[in-house]
Amino acid sequence: MIPAAFEYYRPKDMTGVLSLLGEHGDNARVIAGGHSLIPMMKLRMADVPHLIDLQGVGGLDDIELSANSIRIGAMVTQHDIIDHNGLASAAPILREAALQIADPQVRYMGTVGGNVANGDPGNDMPGLMQCLDATFTVVGLDGERDIPARQFYEAAYMTAREDEEVLTSITMLIPAGGYAYEKQKRKIGDYATAAAAVLLTKEGNTCKSASIAMTNLSDIPVYSEEAGAALVGSSLDDTAIKAAVTAVLGDIDPSEDNRGPVAFKKHLAGVILRRAIERAWSRA
Amino acid sequence: MSKKQHYKITVNGKEEEFLAEPRELLIHTLRERLKITGPHIGCETSHCGACTVTVNGKSVKSCTVFVAQADGTEITTIEGIGSPDALHPLQEAFKEHHGLQCGFCTPGMIIRASKLLEEIPNPSEEEIRFGMAGNICRCTGYQNIVKSIQAAAAEMNSAKEAAE
Ligand SMILES: Cc1cc2nc3c(=O)[nH]c(=O)nc-3n(C[C@H](O)[C@H](O)[C@H](O)COP(=O)(O)OP(=O)(O)OC[C@H]3O[C@@H](n4cnc5c(N)ncnc54)[C@H](O)[C@@H]3O)c2cc1C
Ligand code: FES
Ligand code: FES
Repeated sequence: MIPAAFEYYRPKDMTGVLSLLGEHGDNARVIAGGHSLIPMMKLRMADVPHLIDLQGVGGLDDIELSANSIRIGAMVTQHDIIDHNGLASAAPILREAALQIADPQVRYMGTVGGNVANGDPGNDMPGLMQCLDATFTVVGLDGERDIPARQFYEAAYMTAREDEEVLTSITMLIPAGGYAYEKQKRKIGDYATAAAAVLLTKEGNTCKSASIAMTNLSDIPVYSEEAGAALVGSSLDDTAIKAAVTAVLGDIDPSEDNRGPVAFKKHLAGVILRRAIERAWSRA
Repeated sequence: MSKKQHYKITVNGKEEEFLAEPRELLIHTLRERLKITGPHIGCETSHCGACTVTVNGKSVKSCTVFVAQADGTEITTIEGIGSPDALHPLQEAFKEHHGLQCGFCTPGMIIRASKLLEEIPNPSEEEIRFGMAGNICRCTGYQNIVKSIQAAAAEMNSAKEAAE
């Protein structure tokens, strides 16, 4: 399990990273925690002749909270997210989801930037960020641009980020109301068989807003506008929840693998979504 | 083959300098280059935790780190926390409470547990099971590992109180 040889660089600033990326094009890749990339390199499914380590670049590992928004640096780890009490009270869904990713050792290394930039449908943060309507900031030689999480994913491992761009931070508004990240996996440390991220607000007994995104049920994360719309204006009675489940089932496109056949995954998607909606509602 | 590079890491308080290819996995650096054979290779695919060491204060699976990434870091392995004459309370507790059978997972278990007890000095059973979830044991069924960690925590806490 030794990967092919590569040249290793540890630039001290983003300019250094960007010029290496510019020089080597798609023969180069950045490495953050390495806990998605190294396994792929060992399997020789990723060939990276030039490996650019982001660990020496400053300013990428801050968590900033303002009165109504959150900014998370790309190199913030899953462990950092769990450990940050201010963040957990501003957006508890982040900690709830991070605790369901991998295992303690992986969470010390795995970064939020790597998790969302990777483009693996199994990653949990992309769906979560779509639910939160987060924005990804990337920087390239031509400067910075913002890409909404809901428009970032194109196909498995294909995203709106260009090869020569680096993701620097994720921003979002502090979410209001109830939340849940519900994940079904075969064991701790496994990717989701199905997962749902749900945010709900309520007024009296009526649902005012709803945001729903699903993980590992398609080759990209699935934000289902229709599922959210099915809940808004209802009192989250059984009919409304069933309508949301039906909407999600129309938007996902699971494929058969060692986590189960398509019919099972669809069934499970419904079960997990219902649980997430009910838990979010109980917290709204 | 890419060129060998010069690396410097501190392992168990001792500075080590050597030339290696950047793609060398940290577990191989430790075991084969530095002959620090406490950390084991169970799976080499980031799943079992037998290769766990502490790198700059984090529990890390050393089969999933390139030596180049570890350049400049401080690493602690099982060899760095106790010795046969002066066992760490976790080592003592694993021995007393049958926290091991074949012992293959044990160096990873103990080094991970040492970090867990730093973060949560008095963990509940649930916290232990969750905090140790990155380490797999094929023998014990975990019950005695949990017991050993609880016993070590109690021992370490009372030693700390006595010292205060
Ligand atoms: C045993 C195990 C279990 C796991 N279980 C889960 C799980 O349940 N859920 C889950 O979501 N993940 C899981 N993971 C993956 C883990 O969370 C990864 O760490 C994470 O997906 C990637 O983060 P990283 O920092 O390690 O990225 P890396 O592996 O360093 O990089 C991943 C990819 O993203 C690119 N990249 C990284 N950072 C940036 C950046 N700032 N800008 C542009 N591109 C970038 C890299 O070039 C690479 O292509 C698991 C991993 C392991 C080993
Ligand atoms: S050998 Fe590293 S996790 Fe199994
Ligand atoms: S004691 Fe044998 S694997 Fe744990």
